[in-house]
Amino acid sequence: MSGYTIELKKTDLDTLRDVCKSFNNDPGELINVLHKAQSIFGYLPAEIQEVVAKELNISVAKVYGVVTFYSFFTMKPKGKFPISICTGTACYVRGADKVLEEFKRVLKLEVGETAQDGKFSLSCLRCVGACGLAPVVMVGEKTYGRVSPDEVRKIIEEYDGL
Amino acid sequence: MHLLVCAGTGCRASAGETIIENFKKELEEKNLAGEVQVVPTGCFGFCEKGPIVKVMPDNTFYTQVTPDDVKEIIDEHIIKGRKVERLLYKDPKKEEHVSDSKHMGFYKKQIRIALRNCGFINPENIEEYIARDGYSALGKCLTELTPGQVIDEIKKSGLRGRGGGGFPTGLKWEFCAKNDADQKYVVCNADEGDPGAFMDRSILEGDPHAVLEAMAICGYSTKASIGLIYIRAEYPLAIERLKTAIKQAREYGMLGKDIFGTGFDFDIEMRYGAGAFVCGEETALIHSMEGERGEPTVKPPFPAESGYKGKPTNVNNVETFANIPVIINKGAEWFASIGTEKSKGTKVFALAGKINNVGLIEVPMGITLREVIFEIGGGIKDGKKFKAVQTGGPSGGCLTEEHLDTPIDFDTLMAAGSMMGSGGMIVMDEDDCMVSVAKFYLEFTVEESCGKCAPCRIGNKRLHEILGKITKGNGTKEDLDLLVNMCNVIKDTSLCGLGQTSPNPILSTIKNFYSEYLAHVEDKKCPAGACKDLMQYVIEADNCVGCTACARVCPVGAISGERKQAHIIDTATCIKCGACIEKCKFNAIFIK
Ligand SMILES: Cc1cc2nc3c(=O)[nH]c(=O)nc-3n(C[C@H](O)[C@H](O)[C@H](O)COP(=O)(O)O)c2cc1C
Ligand code: SF4
Ligand code: SF4
Repeated sequence: MSGYTIELKKTDLDTLRDVCKSFNNDPGELINVLHKAQSIFGYLPAEIQEVVAKELNISVAKVYGVVTFYSFFTMKPKGKFPISICTGTACYVRGADKVLEEFKRVLKLEVGETAQDGKFSLSCLRCVGACGLAPVVMVGEKTYGRVSPDEVRKIIEEYDGL
Repeated sequence: MHLLVCAGTGCRASAGETIIENFKKELEEKNLAGEVQVVPTGCFGFCEKGPIVKVMPDNTFYTQVTPDDVKEIIDEHIIKGRKVERLLYKDPKKEEHVSDSKHMGFYKKQIRIALRNCGFINPENIEEYIARDGYSALGKCLTELTPGQVIDEIKKSGLRGRGGGGFPTGLKWEFCAKNDADQKYVVCNADEGDPGAFMDRSILEGDPHAVLEAMAICGYSTKASIGLIYIRAEYPLAIERLKTAIKQAREYGMLGKDIFGTGFDFDIEMRYGAGAFVCGEETALIHSMEGERGEPTVKPPFPAESGYKGKPTNVNNVETFANIPVIINKGAEWFASIGTEKSKGTKVFALAGKINNVGLIEVPMGITLREVIFEIGGGIKDGKKFKAVQTGGPSGGCLTEEHLDTPIDFDTLMAAGSMMGSGGMIVMDEDDCMVSVAKFYLEFTVEESCGKCAPCRIGNKRLHEILGKITKGNGTKEDLDLLVNMCNVIKDTSLCGLGQTSPNPILSTIKNFYSEYLAHVEDKKCPAGACKDLMQYVIEADNCVGCTACARVCPVGAISGERKQAHIIDTATCIKCGACIEKCKFNAIFIK
């Protein structure tokens, strides 16, 4: 189909259309479609939102409204090793803010940013539910518990050369 | 013999899975796999000392087990029958090893109803659930009781919603049952947005069938045939276990068409949240399930009249559901015999913060905070002094020493200026600044406000700014009055529960820790020593030998002084980085 003013590869476009179709192009399934799309593409840039809008026959504004409402959805690609610091209350009272400061300082990144080389990105998340291990840091799927600011460098170094 | 190994999120994060694998491998090698079963279970609750391994039937409770300890447990305990002393829980007061979990202070005062199966059964095996009376409550309802009788039983039990509001569950079911419609829905609220609460996740991970069974019972009573579980996408393990459980329940005929041959149809689907706290609010949750932005709408109409897709919908919390099968099996009178006059049964709390035993506990309503914090929780970490306990998450408040002996239930907590909430309980010590804590919660609300109504969207932002001003030492006494005023306006005029409760952390800390606020605005001091902008680094001349180490390390050249003479810090230049304190070998630098 022509008319898309976007630069998605044809194969990506097909994948995305299949995703929409697997949910019967039902606008009520928008959030599930976006979950699936993000798990495939890693993030939801404007191009993807436009395709989804077209396929589900809703406005792009509506898709954008939903994407920006939920913190789980991101319009920026995450790093190869996304670092998330838990800033739930339990982690907060056990010093998560100091750990976060140290990550910011060492990586020279702000929360929500991805490094130029695409290796690390930094974000906060609210409670992974491992409060016994507070403060908790996640790098990708790996969980680090009872992290203190002086361990931050060591954690980052684990990913050297990877 | 059974080896129960915790496979909840907390313990998995610290090698729980490798421990399970090692046990299996080791047993295989020693030809014991037939006699000793390794059972991956849900959370034992004692997360502080995880990973946990429990040996049954003798109840031996091993803490902080590492994959390397596996061999020793098998060689010593399983083969030779000698307990591995060094892995047993050590009572910090008596300095004694406790081998039987029944005698641990952590478990003594607990009554486990909602958590009855967590840590006992393999959540991925429906037969273990059935072996512990699982699905018998559903059977009893379908074959012996009318929907009305089920509702009466729940009403009689006095069960109130555990999601925060404390609304009587039986009444809620009755409202929904009364509304006629061609299709009705049962929704399980597993959004668990309170940062610091993890009971719903633990129940779903440790005992998913209990929730499925209760939803089916609710469906039978309210004449709904579809159940929906709205769960946070951040809980991958709980999602997996639920999917497995739903699949198994269908295979065993506990879900699907014509359950137990009674003609009752009920099936359950999953819906995923996407990280928005406000979606825990039931009307927002319903909009989110419909694929919309999760913005709340005005009640009435209540979901029981017009909910998902405009149909009557009954929304309950995970923990509320987990209580249902037990009430049906053991009877309303039994349940109502536990707890206080207006709050029956138990409540699960997630104990966290500056406390020795972080973990998940289930206690009868009416227990005191002192019992929870000092007996079950084992007191404050590092021998520090108790300062406050925060309950109810971002909607709740901070309670103090004087509340320690108040029996806790829905109403007493409310009267004390806090809330039951979903059951987060964060303990704080003398190093925690109450103004900063209030600011922390407000930061959360500002981020999570959906923005639909002005008092919450704009008001909370202003509150957060004023608190920021106070922690920076720029606040005035008038600001405190302004805070209280604005808090009350926001409470009164916000559309949904988020805005209506968001000022609670401020109001309760101003009420209970007024002098601490005053110290910030009048003396420009933070008594807890937490507000960076109100601290000053000073050199104690008597201790300073003039080694110049500090002056050399200071990145901004704020330290001056002659060699072998006491140095001084120019507080105007100092950026409070703390580098000098670390360098000084003579303890001459301290924070004022
Ligand atoms: C801002 C806000 C957040 C909420 N978050 C949750 C939540 O995470 N989990 C939950 O079960 N209920 C939550 N609730 C309460 C629900 O609106 C609803 O009352 C509850 O799910 C009803 O179940 P119950 O009667 O079994 O407690 C929240 C309410 C508000 C106002
Ligand atoms: S009170 Fe806050 S969260 Fe609730 S509707 Fe208003 S803006 Fe949204
Ligand atoms: S705290 Fe940092 S800036 Fe201040 S005097 Fe010490 S070294 Fe210098």
